[in-house]
Amino acid sequence: MPKLTIDGREIEVEAGATIIQAADLLGIEIPRFCYHERLAIAGNCRMCLVEVEKMPKPVASCAMPVGEGMVVKTNTPVVRKARQGVMEFLLLNHPLDCPICDQGGECDLQDQAMAYGADKGRCQEGKRAVPDKDYGPLVQTMMTRCIQCTRCVRFISEVAGTPVLGGLGRGEHLEITRYVGAAVSSELSGNLIDLCPVGALTNKPASYTYRSWELKKTESVDAMDALCASIRVDTRGNEVIRVLPRVNEDVNEEWLSDRSRFSVDGLKRQRLDRPYVRKDGKLVAVTWPEALAAIAAKLKGLDGSKIAAIAGDQADAEAMVAYKDLLAALGSASLDCRQDGAKLDPAVRASYLFNSTAAGIEQADALLIIGSNPRKENPVLNSRIRKRWQKGGFKVARIGHKGDLTYKYEHLGETAAVLKDLAEGKHPFFETLKNAAKPAIILGQGALTRADGAVILGLARKLADAAGLVKDGWNGFNVLHTAAARVGGLDLGFVPGNGGKDTDAIVAAAGKGDIQAVFLLGADEVEMGALGTAFVVYQGTHGDAGAHRADVILPGAAYTEKSATYVNLEGRAQQTRLAVFPPGEAKEDWRIVRALSDALGKPLAYDSLKGVRERLVKASPVFAAMGEVTPAAWGAGFGAEGSVSDDALVTNIDNFYMTDPISRASKTMAECTQAFGGGCTHKHKRTGTHG
Amino acid sequence: MSDMNHEPDSFAFTAEYAEKAKAFVAKYPAGRQQSAVMPLLDLAQRQEGWVSRAAMEVIAAMLDMAPIRVEEVATFYTMYNRKPVGKFHVQVCTNLPCMLRGSDDVVAAAREALGVDFGDMTKDGLFTLSEVECLGACVNAPMMQINDDYYEDLTAETTKAVLEAFKRGETPKPGPQNGRQFSCPAGGPTSLSELKFEGGKA
Amino acid sequence: MLRDSDRIFTNLYGFHDWRLAGAKARGDWDGTKDILAKGRDWIIDEMKNSGLRGRGGAGFPTGVKWSFMPKTEGPRPHYLVINADEGEPGTCKDREMMRFDPHKLIEGALIASFAIGAHAAYIYIRGEFIREAEHLNYAIDEARAAGLLGKNACGSGWDCEVYVHRGAGAYICGEESALIESLEGKKGQPRLKPPFPAGVGLYGCPTTVNNVESIAVAPTILRRGAAWFAGLGKPNNTGTKVFCISGHVNTPCNVEEEMGIPLKDLIEKHAGGVRGGWDNLLAIIPGGSSVPMLNKQQCEEVTMDFDALRAMRSGLGTAAVIVMDKSTDLVRGIARLSKFYWHESCGQCTPCREGTGWMARMMARMAKGEAELSEIDLLEEISRQIEGHTICALGDAAAWPVQGLIRTFRPEMERRIKERLAKTRAA
Repeated sequence: MPKLTIDGREIEVEAGATIIQAADLLGIEIPRFCYHERLAIAGNCRMCLVEVEKMPKPVASCAMPVGEGMVVKTNTPVVRKARQGVMEFLLLNHPLDCPICDQGGECDLQDQAMAYGADKGRCQEGKRAVPDKDYGPLVQTMMTRCIQCTRCVRFISEVAGTPVLGGLGRGEHLEITRYVGAAVSSELSGNLIDLCPVGALTNKPASYTYRSWELKKTESVDAMDALCASIRVDTRGNEVIRVLPRVNEDVNEEWLSDRSRFSVDGLKRQRLDRPYVRKDGKLVAVTWPEALAAIAAKLKGLDGSKIAAIAGDQADAEAMVAYKDLLAALGSASLDCRQDGAKLDPAVRASYLFNSTAAGIEQADALLIIGSNPRKENPVLNSRIRKRWQKGGFKVARIGHKGDLTYKYEHLGETAAVLKDLAEGKHPFFETLKNAAKPAIILGQGALTRADGAVILGLARKLADAAGLVKDGWNGFNVLHTAAARVGGLDLGFVPGNGGKDTDAIVAAAGKGDIQAVFLLGADEVEMGALGTAFVVYQGTHGDAGAHRADVILPGAAYTEKSATYVNLEGRAQQTRLAVFPPGEAKEDWRIVRALSDALGKPLAYDSLKGVRERLVKASPVFAAMGEVTPAAWGAGFGAEGSVSDDALVTNIDNFYMTDPISRASKTMAECTQAFGGGCTHKHKRTGTHG
Repeated sequence: MSDMNHEPDSFAFTAEYAEKAKAFVAKYPAGRQQSAVMPLLDLAQRQEGWVSRAAMEVIAAMLDMAPIRVEEVATFYTMYNRKPVGKFHVQVCTNLPCMLRGSDDVVAAAREALGVDFGDMTKDGLFTLSEVECLGACVNAPMMQINDDYYEDLTAETTKAVLEAFKRGETPKPGPQNGRQFSCPAGGPTSLSELKFEGGKA
Repeated sequence: MLRDSDRIFTNLYGFHDWRLAGAKARGDWDGTKDILAKGRDWIIDEMKNSGLRGRGGAGFPTGVKWSFMPKTEGPRPHYLVINADEGEPGTCKDREMMRFDPHKLIEGALIASFAIGAHAAYIYIRGEFIREAEHLNYAIDEARAAGLLGKNACGSGWDCEVYVHRGAGAYICGEESALIESLEGKKGQPRLKPPFPAGVGLYGCPTTVNNVESIAVAPTILRRGAAWFAGLGKPNNTGTKVFCISGHVNTPCNVEEEMGIPLKDLIEKHAGGVRGGWDNLLAIIPGGSSVPMLNKQQCEEVTMDFDALRAMRSGLGTAAVIVMDKSTDLVRGIARLSKFYWHESCGQCTPCREGTGWMARMMARMAKGEAELSEIDLLEEISRQIEGHTICALGDAAAWPVQGLIRTFRPEMERRIKERLAKTRAA
């Protein structure tokens, strides 16, 4: 650990660290444009020059490794002069259009120009104009503002793994552009906007709709996929203007998927903003008391066995536990949080978690992907796998469809028969897993939602045991969820109780008239047409499939509009924060259930957020450890024995851009679907009535 | 020949060039085939006269590169023509050593002889005239390169004579146009005259 | 004057056969096996003792550079890369060596590869040298067929292949790390250092990059002995050197001479003197476009070696002597060099990317006097803002000629501006 001195302050840092990293640790600010701690070092902007004793010229602190006894000065006349020089050169061809630039107010160049810029230009020559590029519906380009830092080029190549950007020409004519024959169709392209230190790449859907300083910033958690990335929700008045990632090294580093970032317009469209009751076949707007009374009237005298509830992909834990308690009070055991029919069971918690954790996957040295397309199911998590792959010494194999995952893998086959061979140790890749220090598998929902999903789960367990996926300090058994609600639902036991029915059985029973009332908590993926004449109460946010089928609509709150708990695929419980109020008469979801319980004469035992959260902790200690992952104990006996079908294993994501009521309501996501296509042509046939 | 304004839809190396391409790839260690991108771009240009997008895509696929990486290379180096050029690419050096010995006259003579300016192609598609940076023949300045050969020690007259010869379909002898022996001082060597070798003349 | 018998490049002018038979007749490939048999340490010591300093411009001792390579080959192979990307304006020596003495380079490549533990050498030759590359390839094929290269080269037990890689028009690839990038199939953008090529070079492997001349002289040095080479020239500036004399001389030429030859002697003995006589001399750029020019007074005193030229705030560089007589429009000449660096900037570093164009545009105006007097100081300041602030030395190289011009010929720049102003006022 070399010790060095920066501006008279000593610090000891790891060998191989650079001066800028050491300075960052000391809180000594060194300006930078090209340097980014998550990208390869380019060293090209030259803004971070510092003086190092015994070195003849100023050095780029981003690229210079620390050395024992190094004496660094970051604030000398030489350094200031160098930075002023670089700033003058950067501004030479940069337009002074800050007043109309969306980056204004949060622009690195603008900020540094305040410190190092001159009051007027000295250059008499004309400014360079660079034609704008078409990066698709998400990223607006204003290439004249580009300062050629190449962060975007490095991100799209290194992190996203879709190398479509590059710098053409040379010298003054160096122009960042996309390859004409390829779209910027990365599922992570929005991160380019955050990385761009100037206003060359900006948020296209939000163009010219805000000034950064007028936005209220609320730190929250994403619910658009099962990773539940840390986000910041920027609002103005009661409107969500944009969503940005927050740094969370354990979960999303500082990346966010395009769906999580750009679905925000879907929060404003097709919203259920007041209760409705179906009268004479038509949905009619009513008051809350009327809606609740209509439900009470219908349920009056109905035996609990004829009532059921299904929770959807974005249901929060508070609402689910409230429904669970309400159904118990009504005498029903038919509830399910697996609207897709996944054959997962709460009995062994490790059987449904991404046990290695998101960050932990970077330690794996062999990986088998089964019936999953991580790139479409969770692009941010997939970038971790890619990151691991780039380091080398990482063997990846896949059972399922072929297709670009942004890293190379061995394609073992398409069917579950291959998994069977592996589980029985008969496949060569079995040895790879067995010989690996930290082997891992990823089991996708596409594999688990099939009729033989339980058998596949059983085979995966068998493979895990035989290949040593679970060992001291390591559990490489990973289920890749696609719904933010799912793990929380399983943790709190939103599954059929004794004698209760699961999703398939509920739908079937409803079709036959055995179940007469169904509560859908944001569940839009069940086969609405198969529910027969059942009385359907839809509680949710959007006029999606569920609302169309509903007899009563109870307008709920989206994840940006409430303080709610989600447990991510790793088993990490996190809470969203209210950034805006729900629209119209829509309400926080657990409060709706609370009010409903009153109307049904079965009042819940809690009447405050604190109360419902205490109830959650009783359901599972997971809800007491906010933000943390508690390793789940491995257990035997989950999954089933039996035969597997010959059907190819496929992902459950049909269109990355549209997976839920919010993204389906988003115009931006519709534009992406049109521009880039859905991404996966093969989807498991069983689910999806919306497609 | 492809239309100047339109990128062709497809490209394929001829059998002969495909063989050459293979030989180039074999010069580099396994897994380092990207090193062959420059020779392959050169081959494509020798085949088509310029480097089209279709050619870049073929090369990208051959070398397992992202097409943008190939395009970066094709636009970084000045020898790759991203649009068609004449059958004879006349490249006149105007850098300091040539300037000192009269490249202005060479440029004027070439413009006059070809009737085009820098960057332009003659109407008959025979010649493209370009200004280039130092070509590394400074003691034989001024000079120009026509396709693969250097024409050196030029004057306005010899420049015209060389270009007129090309127009007539002849290939004038490359090298110094004033009769001197390569980079030996005009009038005879001031060194190396004492030595005798058995190897014979070049 | 250097005796012919002490000249290494005996076919510099192409009077003789450049192929294997001719090369052998001139002494190439003579006892190569014996040289290799003496071992790496002997070769490197001998090179160190010869005092040979790199002939590409920087003048770093070649033997010392070779000694930086790991002593034993680890999991990563070693590479020799020969920099034949000759493009420094004024320089045209490597070209002659490659087309008329290719076997000297190839034999040197084998010996150097052996000395640094490499089994493969790449000669990176500028793309425009098509005929020269043809000669090299021909000579390599001859050498392979004769068992001089390839498996068990020269019967030494050492396997060594030499490959030619053509560039495609980028001056910056003469910078060793840009050259490596280019050789890897990328844009020729210089790398950040550290790491240096001896640790992380071609394909991330230990690599030595040497100029053509440094490699081509090695076999003769090892055959005739370090003492012979060290006995030529001046202390710390030993041996012979091929000089390129261009511009306003009566007989421009390449010539191999002793290091430390007085500049005036060099020009008068070999290049027929300055056009119009020595007194007609205005200035000389003594080592290629990147080194500052010398005025007449300096030219009379200076000797052609690293140390003497450095003492005059210039440099030996590539030993490309560009002579300018009194008819020269010096401001236009330097403006032309500014345009060159602008054209050749790779675009990576902000100061060079943005600054070279600014300087070139100002210089173009200066050449016509279309500038303010205050802009001379601004120009100087801009050049200082570029100098020392970039990854590679191209920024410095762009700055120095401009600084040299202002330092030496500021009155001429002012005169033009004033003349232009007067004309404008009159109109």
